[in-house]
Parts: sequence; structure tokens; C-alpha cells
Amino acid sequence: MRTTLPLAVAFITGLVFVITFFLNEKSAIVGGISRQLLDWLIIIGGFTLLLGVVSILRVSWQSVERRKEDWIYKLITILSVLVMAIPGLLPESWSSLFGRQAGSIYDWLFLNLQAPMMATMFATLAFYIASAAYRAFRARTAEATILLVTATLVMLWRVPMGEAFLNLFSEEIPGLINRYIMGGVNLAVQRGIIIGAALGAAAMSLRIILGIERTYMGKS
Amino acid sequence: MSGIEILQIWIIAFFTLALFSFLYKDNPFYRLAENIFAGLTTGYQVSLIWDTVIIQKLWDPMMGGQWWLFLPGLLGLMMFSRFFPKISWMSRVPLAVVMGITAGIFLTTQLHGFVLPQMQATMNTFVTAKGFADYFLASLIAVGVISTMIYFYFSHEHVGVLGVTAKLGIWFIMISFGAHFGYTVMGRVSLLIGRTQFLIEDWIGTFSYIF
Repeated sequence: MRTTLPLAVAFITGLVFVITFFLNEKSAIVGGISRQLLDWLIIIGGFTLLLGVVSILRVSWQSVERRKEDWIYKLITILSVLVMAIPGLLPESWSSLFGRQAGSIYDWLFLNLQAPMMATMFATLAFYIASAAYRAFRARTAEATILLVTATLVMLWRVPMGEAFLNLFSEEIPGLINRYIMGGVNLAVQRGIIIGAALGAAAMSLRIILGIERTYMGKS
Repeated sequence: MSGIEILQIWIIAFFTLALFSFLYKDNPFYRLAENIFAGLTTGYQVSLIWDTVIIQKLWDPMMGGQWWLFLPGLLGLMMFSRFFPKISWMSRVPLAVVMGITAGIFLTTQLHGFVLPQMQATMNTFVTAKGFADYFLASLIAVGVISTMIYFYFSHEHVGVLGVTAKLGIWFIMISFGAHFGYTVMGRVSLLIGRTQFLIEDWIGTFSYIF
């Protein structure tokens, strides 16, 4: 029951979409079932994300309750969740500060705290990327050199000052980078990776539908 | 500039500087900003999912007569059985629904939507080629696609022809990763310029109002 039921459910739901692909997708029965299942996917996905939120709150609260190291930061996390979530959950009809519309607390926190902090977090990565590039350069291998030379050329190509610099050598260089690096080698590698990943995903899907792949169920 | 606007800019500046302070070393200001950021992001998701999924996709249609939607609602609630060890196995059922649907969609769309069109596009480059430069580019793409795929083929040892092709593949991959690396660096630097501009123009700009 604990293993067979999930395997049967995965088989049937998977099979519905395979059948839908081969039969008429617009038909009332087959198409209708698959469209319903897509809504189910979104609904269960929503609950799964809420499960993650509850899990974060639970783990953080345990740290606070047991006064573990850095519990004060966990308390800050919990308070931040509540400060952002509660005004967003309350109906707009109660106050213009509630809900998710422009001018609400939720909107203010997003625009003035979350968005700038997210941009700053990603901006911080610029320094770590520079550090990673330095370490790659120190590796002194042919592959690392190819990577860095290409990166430098692309960066020069994409900024006006760099393009002007490349034009000093030849005005054809920016066009050649665009045609042969971006439209040639890069395109080819992306295609190779996409084809490989898609074949892998299809094979894995088949394993899941047939019940061969069971790792998603965790330990029995 | 109003007092509220100045306060707003100072709050943003404080958290921006607190997050940048990690570049020196881990410190309480960074930890404070980091946890507030994590909390706000989680809270943002809660409101968003509640409104767009639970209310719009589940509650409103159910109240509108689609009573059978209680099933995915029940399945969603079953996910929470993970918190109770005795009945935690029940969370496998909704997970199986998600995995089954995703697998069913992937099985056909990955082949039909990615593998075949990408192969077709690679071959078509030869068909539409006009002149030596186009044929050279088409050959470059074909060699790149094949050698990249062979590099990721691990069922046989990379020796002989397979080894040479895989070696060529890694060079192609490095050029592509280099291009992506360049774009990533530029994206991050662009964000850094944005934050620096905010600090210099907006934040330091408020000094004249205060001091």
C-alpha cells in the first residue's frame, strides 16, 4: 500500500499525458482530464511550497525555543516572514495597506527592502566571480585559458568602450565574435547540452512512469 | 524631499551596506540583513501562493461548482503528513501525482519539443547555407553539437576517436562557458553599478537635506 499506491498513481497520471499526446488533445474527455491534471499540479505545487514555508518556520522556531546559537537571527527570520505575509494575506477591503496592490505594506516591503536586497546580494557575487576567474587563471590549463579569453572577448564585445577597443585592431572583430562565438560555438554547445539533457529527462520520465525510478519516494 | 522618503532611502542604504559588509567578513549586520531578506522572500511567497493558487485555482473554482477540486486540495494537505512520522508515507501520494504528471509531460515534450527541433535546426543550417562562410559555420555547429554530446557520453572510456572527439568537445564547451561567464560577470557588475549609483546619488544626496 505504502509503495504500490504511489507507483500506481504515478503510472496512471503519467500515462494520461502520453495518451493525450497521441490522441486528440482537444477532445472533450482526454484533453479535459489532462487540463484538469495540470490544474492539480499547480494546486499541489502551491501546497508543497507552503510546506517549505512551514518547515522553515518550524526549524527556526525550534532554534528560538531551545535558545540555540544565533537564535536571535532565527527569530528575526520568523518576524520578517510574518511582517511580509500577514498584510499580504489580509483582504484589501479592510484597508488600503493590506493585500498586494500598489501602496500596500506588502508592496512597500517588496519595493524598498526585498528588491534592493536581492540586487545587492547578486551584486556581491561580482566580487566572488572575479575571485573565481583569478583562481581559474592560476590553474594555467589550456581549457581555463580558452574560457577566460572567450569571457574577456565577450565582455569587450558587449560594452561600447570594449567594442571601440576591439575596433582599433579590426572593425570586423565584433562581427566575428557575434557570428562564430555566439552564433557558432556557443549555439552548438547549447544545442548539444539541450539534446543530451532532453534525452536524459525523457529516459528518466519513462523510468518514473514505469516505476523503476523510486528515489522521489524517499527511504521506505 | 520629504522626511519619509529620506527615511526610506536610509533604510535601503543601511541594508545595502550591511549586505556588502560580508565582503570584508561575516558580521552581525550582515547576518541581520541576510535573515530579514530570507524572511521577506519567504513571506512574499506565502502571500503570492495563497492568492494565486489556493484562492484563485482552488477555493474560488470550488465555490463556483467545481467540487471535485477538493481532491487536489486534499492531496496538497497530505503533503503536510511529512511532519508526522507515523503517517508520513501519505505524502508520497501527492508527490507521485506531481512526478507522474511531470514525467508524462516531459516524456513527449522533451523529445518532440527539444531533441527533434534542435537536430532539425542543426541539419537545416547546411540546407540554407550560401557560400563558404555559411558552410564553415554550419560545419562548426555540427562538429560542436556532436563533440559536446560525446563529451557527456560516459558509457565508454574516452580513448581513441572517442577521446579525441571528447577533447574537442571540452574546448567547445569551454568557449561556450567562457561566453556565459562573460555575460554573468557583466550582469553582476551591472547590478553592482546600480547599487553604487543608489548609494552615491540617492543616499549621499540626502546628506544635503540632513546636514
